[in-house]
Parts: sequence; structure tokens; C-alpha cells
Amino acid sequence: MTLADFIVTNSPALVVAIPLFAAFTCPAIGRISAVARNLWVMGAMVVTAAVAFILAFRVFSTGTVIYVFGAAATHLAVPLDSGGIPIRIIFTVDAMSAFMEIICAIVGTSVLLYSLSSESKNTSLEGYYALFLLMITGVFGMVSTGDFFNFFVFLEILSLASAGLIAYRIDGGLAVEAALKYFILSTLGAIFVLFAIGIYYGQYDALNIAMIAQRMQFTMLDKIALVLLVAALAMKCGAVPMHFWTPDAYSMAPSSVTAFLVVASQASLYGLFRVVFTMYNITMNCVTVGWIIIILGVLSMVVGVTMAIPQKDIKRLMAYHAVSQTGYMLLGVGVGLAVLGNATLTSAFGFMAMEGGIFHIFNHAMYKGLLFLTAGAIFYRIGTRDLNKMGGLGHTMKYTMIFFIIGALAIAGIPPFNGFASKLMIYESVYLFNPILAIIAMVVSILTLASFVKVFHSVFMGPQLPEYADVKEAPLPMLIGMGILAALVILFGLFPQPVVDMLVSPAAHALADQSGYIASVLGGT
Amino acid sequence: MDLTAPVLTGYGMWAPVAWLAAFVAATIVVYLLWKTGESSYKKGTEQGRPYLSGNAEPEKGAVHIRASNLYWGFLQALKGYYDAIVPLHTGILTDYMIWFVAVTAVLLVIVGVLS
Repeated sequence: MTLADFIVTNSPALVVAIPLFAAFTCPAIGRISAVARNLWVMGAMVVTAAVAFILAFRVFSTGTVIYVFGAAATHLAVPLDSGGIPIRIIFTVDAMSAFMEIICAIVGTSVLLYSLSSESKNTSLEGYYALFLLMITGVFGMVSTGDFFNFFVFLEILSLASAGLIAYRIDGGLAVEAALKYFILSTLGAIFVLFAIGIYYGQYDALNIAMIAQRMQFTMLDKIALVLLVAALAMKCGAVPMHFWTPDAYSMAPSSVTAFLVVASQASLYGLFRVVFTMYNITMNCVTVGWIIIILGVLSMVVGVTMAIPQKDIKRLMAYHAVSQTGYMLLGVGVGLAVLGNATLTSAFGFMAMEGGIFHIFNHAMYKGLLFLTAGAIFYRIGTRDLNKMGGLGHTMKYTMIFFIIGALAIAGIPPFNGFASKLMIYESVYLFNPILAIIAMVVSILTLASFVKVFHSVFMGPQLPEYADVKEAPLPMLIGMGILAALVILFGLFPQPVVDMLVSPAAHALADQSGYIASVLGGT
Repeated sequence: MDLTAPVLTGYGMWAPVAWLAAFVAATIVVYLLWKTGESSYKKGTEQGRPYLSGNAEPEKGAVHIRASNLYWGFLQALKGYYDAIVPLHTGILTDYMIWFVAVTAVLLVIVGVLS
């Protein structure tokens, strides 16, 4: 077997193994020199991203990839002597998983590059990079695994690493407090997930998602497990009214970490979608659960944006917008779920709503990551997040300002940026489902624009303030990190249809196709 | 693969490249109109100084309208809403946990009993 064959065959395992290995060796490498450590973590991230792209290409060109740990061949999911149950740890990477892996690879690489400058003045960077790579491991693991207990393990890895990084700056104890809130809520959520896993295992003798899906009876216990999972994962992705941790954690974490926390939240969103579509699908009452997700989405959109407008801390403001944007994804996919049992409505607008919601996950990761990075660049140069103390930075931080404008227009859904394309898909499909929901979504976009006009004016406009006369532009690695995301925001905005055809539509099909998911795992005996 | 293919939403369409071409064309027209105007601005003269009814120009920092002064009217108009929603964001961890558990309980009733 050549090295290329080895990488392609083992790519599902490598996307988790490489950052995990790099994370634990990072402190040792850091003892050699800071340069060696930076090269080590950046190299690990670039290789992981490359492997993730190889895996995604394989999935989009040949279909779902099954990787069975410990089996004679990586596709042998069900051992002959196991009674028909897939007992090994299995990674099931379908188009939806591959879609999420691409997001993680792009944002992870951009953010890590940015971190090389933004965190360079801080101490304990070995710990910072080790935890960051563990976050990468957690997200890749969550979106790759086909085993529900494994999902819980990666969720815990992600939560612990995230809590550590939220507390990283300490900041007079405020960051530690925010991390503690995040950690305790995450632990409570994880207990819910673990309890649900226990219910499935008790009923179906299985931890494999495909096996549970195949045996799903939608008993009262299954309903309890569904509620526990929906509540826990909706809380983890910051849905209102369980969003309270979001502004605390997002604002106190270093901006580079915040940008990746967006992806971490989306991994929970992925988990939520995987549960309702792949595990339950039409065995449950799709209308009821769909409407629950829609209501969570609408509440998130409205409360998120209205709470953002009066904020005076730039990152807290952006955090509330992250909550608001999550609402769009919940709305789009919720509408798709609500009509899942009706083939006519699904083909009329349900599938388009799902595509819009899924496309928005990608777009949100790019522009919200970009916006948090611009906030980090501003904090890096002037040392405050208080909007009342800012002004006139457009005179000196021109590139940061341009990147901010791109991100702000994209999040507000202004053409031709990427946010517009996905929002349009959501507006028009949701309008056919319920016009009031579409109107709410459009009003929220207008308020989003208003909110970012306030930030733009407060930060960049006005005369150059005397206290910021010596402020310089952000360092080059930070600009490159922002530039990568800004370029993707523009590129995906100008050419949305190829992205929909190549990535979004296959992901939506994979999510809706429960029988295909089950067959890809259990058909591999 | 057609890079410039429009997004078909099932209800309408979105062709960003066509939009961009129209935007560029409009920008060129605006630029040509602007070029026909008379250029009378002279940099570094009295023209560049703000006239504030004869008063001295205040400090640069004092001129800038700060974030808290923006959208006062909007916040005032929705005062009732904000008076209700802002206090819910207490910053207290136990409150966060209560919301989480309460939502779970409500969902249990909806999914477990009603569906």
C-alpha cells in the first residue's frame, strides 16, 4: 500500500488522530522553541485540513465512507459473530458529515494562522494550542462518528477544551466565570446525552446510530430520549431560551477561540439534525418536532438580534448575532423536518428550506468567524472591547475595516455576499410554508444590518481619536486569516449555485435519506 | 459545471453575476455623471475646516457619536419589550440551568404527551 493509498483509506481516522497526536505532543515541542511549536501546530492543522478535503472529495465522488476501527477491512461494519450488531467503533462519513468537515478544516486553518499573531504576546501557549487542537479533534470526531457513545466522547472532548480556552485569558476572573458557566451547562447537557444513550442501549442493545435508527420504535422512552437530545444539543448550539451562556463565553474567550466556538456550536447543531433526521425521521411526529425546532429558531432570531442592538461590548454584540443566525439554520431545517412526511410539500419547498438552512451553516461559519476575527484584531490593537471607547479606526486599520464590511454585509444578507444566497433560499421556501415566519426572518435581517451599521460607525467612522493616533493595522498573519474567510464569503456569494450543487444539496439529501444511511452501515456485512 | 448558474429557489431565482454586472454598469454611469461636475475643492484651505456657527471646533474625541447614543429612539420605542427581556439575562448560572431544565420539561410534555 502506498502512502497515498494509506491516507485515502484511513482518512476518517486521520482527521481525528492527527490533531489529537499534535495536541498531546505540543507541550513537548514547545520546550524546544516557540517557532518549532508554531510550525508543529500549523503543520498539523494544514495536514488535517488536507486529509479532511481528501475525505470530503472521496465522499462527494463515491458516496458514504464507512471506517470500522479494528476490523480486518475498514468497511466491515458487522462482524459475523456479533449477532448482526455493529459492535465496533464505526465512523460513518456521509455528505452531511463531509460538509461539516470542510467547514471545520477551513475555519480551523484560518483561525490557527490568525492565532500565531493574536496570541503571540501571551504565556502558556503550549496549553492554548494543545486545547485548540483538541477542539479540532472534538469537532471532527462529532461529525464523523457513526457511534452515539463515541459522539458523546467527542462532545466531551470539545466541551472540556472549549472551557479551558474560554478561561485562557483569566481577565480578572471574568473569563474563568464565563468558562465555568459554559462548563457546567455543557456537563448538564452531556448528562442528558448520556442518559439518552442509556435509553437506546437498554432498548435496542446498540450504540451505533444506524442500528438504533433501524430498530427505532418511537416508544415513550424514545420520546424522552429525543427530548433530552433536542434540549441538550439546542442548548449547546445557543438556541433561545437556552442561549444565556453564549454571550458570556463568546465575549470572554480570545477572538480566535470565539471564531472556532461558532464551528463548535454548529457541530452540536449537526448532532441535533442527525438525531431528528437520521435516528428518528418519519417514525416520530415530524410536524410537532419540526415546529419545536422552528419555534426555537424564531425565538433565537428575534431575541438574538434585539438583544444585540443595545450591546456596548463588540464581542457580546456579535455573540448575540451568532444566536440570531443560528435561528435561521433552525428555521430552514425545521421547516424541512415539519413537512418530511409529506412528499409533495417536501419537493415543493421543504427540501429547499433544508438546503437553505444547511447552506447557512457554511456561510455563517465563514462570515461570523471573520467578524469575530476583526473584533479580535481591534482588541489586539486598542485593548478594549467597549464600543463607547472606539472611533476613527478606519483611518489606520483599513484592511480590518474592509474585512469587517464584508462580514457585516454578509451577515445582514446583502447581495452579492454569501449570506444573501442562503437567506434567500430560506425566505422563499419558508414563505411557502408560512409567510409570517419568512417576514420575521426578513425583519431580523434588517435589524442585523442596523446593528452592524452601529458597530461600523462606532468603531471605524469619525475623526481619528487622539488616544488611537499611534494604532497600526493588524499584523500580517491575522490579516491573512481574515483574508481567507473574506475571500470565501465573496466567492460563495458570487457563485452560490455550484456550492449548492456540489456540497449543500448532497448534504441535505444525505440528512433526509435515513434508509441510505442505515444501508451504508448495515449493508456492509 | 456552470459557475454562473443562478440559484433557483423554487419560487424565484438569484443570479449574482448578472447582479454584479448591473452594479458595475450603474457604478460606471454614476462615475461619469460625477466626472461632469465642477471640481472646486482645494485641499488644505479653509474649505476643509468645519464651520460650526463661528464656534471653535471641539476636540476630535468629543465630535464622534459614541455607540450608546445610537438607536436611542428604537430602544425607547421598544422599552416595554426590553424591560421584560433584558432582566432575564441575569448572568447567574443557576438561572441558566433553570431555563435549560424548564425547556426540557416543556418539550417532554409536548412530545411525550401531545404528539
